Amino acid sequence: MAILQVKNVSKLFGPGAEQGLQLLEQGWSKARIAKEKNITVGVNRVSFDIQEGEIFVIMGLSGSGKSTLVRLLNRLIEPTSGEILIHGKDLRKMNKEQLREVRRKTISMVFQKFALFPHRTVLDNVEYGLEIQKVNKSKRREAAMKALELVGLKGWEDKMPDELSGGMQQRVGLARALANDPEILLMDEAFSALDPLIRRDMQDELIELQDKMKKTIVFITHDLDEALRIGDRIALMKDGAVVQIGTPEEILTQPANDYVERFVEDVDLSKVLTASHVMRRPEAITLDRGPRVALELMRERGISNLFVIDRAKKLLGVITAEEASDAMKNHRKLEDILITDGPRVGPDTLLNELFEITSMSKVPLAVVDDNGRLMGVIVRGAVLGALAGESKNEGVTQDA
Amino acid sequence: MPKIPLASWIDSLVEWMGDTFSGFFNAISFIIEGIVEFFTDVFMLPHPYLFIVILAVLAYLLGRLPLTLFTVIGFLIIENLGYWPQTMSTLSLVITAGLISIVLGVPLGIWAAYSKTASRIIIPILDFMQTMPAFVYLLPAVTFFSLGVVPGVIASVIFAIPPTIRLTRLGIMQVSGELTEAADAFGSTSGQKLFKVQLPLAMPTLMAGINQTIMLCLSMVVIASMIGAQGIGAEVYRAVTQLQIGKGFEAGLAVVILAIVLDRFTQNIFKTKKRGA
Repeated sequence: MAILQVKNVSKLFGPGAEQGLQLLEQGWSKARIAKEKNITVGVNRVSFDIQEGEIFVIMGLSGSGKSTLVRLLNRLIEPTSGEILIHGKDLRKMNKEQLREVRRKTISMVFQKFALFPHRTVLDNVEYGLEIQKVNKSKRREAAMKALELVGLKGWEDKMPDELSGGMQQRVGLARALANDPEILLMDEAFSALDPLIRRDMQDELIELQDKMKKTIVFITHDLDEALRIGDRIALMKDGAVVQIGTPEEILTQPANDYVERFVEDVDLSKVLTASHVMRRPEAITLDRGPRVALELMRERGISNLFVIDRAKKLLGVITAEEASDAMKNHRKLEDILITDGPRVGPDTLLNELFEITSMSKVPLAVVDDNGRLMGVIVRGAVLGALAGESKNEGVTQDA
Repeated sequence: MPKIPLASWIDSLVEWMGDTFSGFFNAISFIIEGIVEFFTDVFMLPHPYLFIVILAVLAYLLGRLPLTLFTVIGFLIIENLGYWPQTMSTLSLVITAGLISIVLGVPLGIWAAYSKTASRIIIPILDFMQTMPAFVYLLPAVTFFSLGVVPGVIASVIFAIPPTIRLTRLGIMQVSGELTEAADAFGSTSGQKLFKVQLPLAMPTLMAGINQTIMLCLSMVVIASMIGAQGIGAEVYRAVTQLQIGKGFEAGLAVVILAIVLDRFTQNIFKTKKRGA
């Protein structure tokens, strides 16, 4: 079951919010309700499920309701209608005490402008969540130090927040949220106030942290690149409503409507799509076959080189047709002509990096998993095709 | 159109209150008198020189050498001029009125910061208290609490409490919304949010209010002496009514010295705390 379910949740601001809700149901637009009834629609009937351990990005321009939406998830703002289920329990039906318990144990938040307490040291800031739960001092100190170490701020615990740079302050914010060991992290434009290089580092570190800690992360951003970089799934918002929910690839390749399409048209695909998106099924033989078999296979498939793998599909190297025919004449074995230092990349390598490698290499680029097993092959034509926005181009062969 | 009989209304109101709540007023009178006497006893307990040494040590602990020097010289002058007992009883009056103002004013300020309705009621009352000439409420104070130090304390509190309330409210309202939101997001109770986040951050502003309150209390001592509060104010009052210019100046100087020392002490208490943190 999803860890967090949002069902038909709306938030309207202003007197007569209930009436505004009915008007929304009758199909009135946000603009018309604002103009005629003086009611602001913050979030308009939003539904989605968030799975445990995923990074769910809510993205939209300013005024799209994303910051309101994230505050509905821990009831910093009271929803006007709908259900918010955490582990199946409705947040809206909870009393103050139950809500406090959820905020203490299950959901933590990281803020855009860090919101560190300026009168407390870094360590005291990180301890705050545990302090108010009356966890004893040595225990919460230990948890806080662990969280600080996790975000790379060991040794800074006695500084005051204003002695730290923006990036470091947000690490403190992150550590403060992690110290409670919550299941869900709400990150409200957490990296937007940082400069671009630091932001990139923080994004990478967040992904790394998430790999390690398996938290469920709800990440709010207005930056499409950021959404595409870190999101497992993205919900795109406009005027308080969710326009499309999907993986980064789905958003890019199958935009739900014109709005999404316009939104994503400027995206540099080479920074989003990875090797696994464009790789082809590789042609390979095992090492115990001779050059003759290899040549035959290449002729049959119309290709000029061939990967060599062992029985566990582990990549050993590559052979070219030229070398293979030479070997056949001189009665040499496949081992003798095997090129073992050909380029290989992981499935998550971005296209823009592939570009350079494919253009410099004479042999095709192999995609291998963490255990060195052959997963696919990158063909230059396919890379170009993907950048041009084509979906799978079956016509391209393995030839580099 | 006939004149509104406001004056006679107020007269009967005061009379009615005096009759009806006399037990209550007596209790308050008893408590306040007790506090003032307690402070006077404590201040008069050590020899003046010992008291000056204690003050000097305190000033030094606040980390201010000039303040230490000023305190020592200032109080030596007071002792030399022969106003020591009067100064101590004035100090007791000021500290009692100051404490009452803090004890009542800080919670009222917090309440006004939290509740719009409360602040809509409290703020006009504060304006009223600050602008109504002190003599006007001095008389009902005498009616309720009879002559002596108690109506003086009450009048001082009425005159001096507004800055504490106003600046407590302001200090809490100035705490950024993101910080209170963060406190909420981590599951703070309202008490935890108030004591761990809002009050510490409001502290500089709040302390400015308390400082102002104490200064205003001191400025009331001469007026308070008119209704029988003993102390340095009474000396000033007597000197002025008897046209003793020199004596009036001496007593006035003692008030000034006390004022400067109290001002610097209350200003620095918070700063030192912050440095120590």
